[in-house]
Amino acid sequence: MMTQNSSTSSDATGEILASLTKPPISRHTLALYCGASYDHNPMHVDLDFAREHGVDDVFAHGMLSMGYLGELLCRIAGPEDIRSFSVRFSAIVPVGAEITCTARHAGLVERQGETLTALDLLAVDADGATKLMGSALIAINGKNS
Amino acid sequence: MPKILDRSLIGKAFEPFDVMVEAGRLRLFAKATGNDDPVFTDEAVAKSRGYRSIPAPPTYVFTLEMERADPFDYLDLLEIDPGTILHGEQSFDYHQTVCAGDVLTFENVIADIYDKKNGALQFLVLETKVTDSQGAAVAEMRRSIVVR
Repeated sequence: MMTQNSSTSSDATGEILASLTKPPISRHTLALYCGASYDHNPMHVDLDFAREHGVDDVFAHGMLSMGYLGELLCRIAGPEDIRSFSVRFSAIVPVGAEITCTARHAGLVERQGETLTALDLLAVDADGATKLMGSALIAINGKNS
Repeated sequence: MPKILDRSLIGKAFEPFDVMVEAGRLRLFAKATGNDDPVFTDEAVAKSRGYRSIPAPPTYVFTLEMERADPFDYLDLLEIDPGTILHGEQSFDYHQTVCAGDVLTFENVIADIYDKKNGALQFLVLETKVTDSQGAAVAEMRRSIVVR
């Protein structure tokens, strides 16, 4: 699967290429995402179900925040330019969280005859606590820039 | 202590299934995620940017995989309560852009089952291969699910 940025460095390494702050995640957001994503796990929308499972409240789908990171990637490159995209979900994202996504330049990688830009991705809440950490490889060809 | 997951199911492949990529659902996904780039909602904008129709955002293939009749069948098979799972990791490798109108084939396999902390946390790894109607690779997905 994903290979971390192994080769080469660039003067731009560490530079923030893009960032995106989304509105606070409401229960309405979770209901919409439940329907739109076909992830109908009740843990994200049904408070009674959550409490029956020892959780005080519903919490956001991890894939909603990964979707926010995906939106950020698409501000840097088109969907056709993204070669790989991976995250680790570090902490639960509660209702009300305001997620900020950032993409940092992490060097250049040669893969299958292409020069790709490696990105380090981060999604944090309003207190700066890490929710998702990840990486992506994209073929930047000047689009959207 | 959660139930011990049956490791003999490592390698278990599920029946392949096809999903049609629908423009209306792509629009709903853009609304739900608050993505206001019209390329993800307006076919004319998408075509003006060189796409054959509305393109799918990068995590969308994950949601297409959920469209089958019972997207939590692997939980039933492993006797896992959906109230005890957390998504641990997710990765995608992409080979082609997905657009509205595509018909994609999904093939799931249980790639791994393991535990940490002497079984207090168990991990289930599912891999999905996505191909187009010609059989060409579209994407691979790998998800790691934590069972509490």
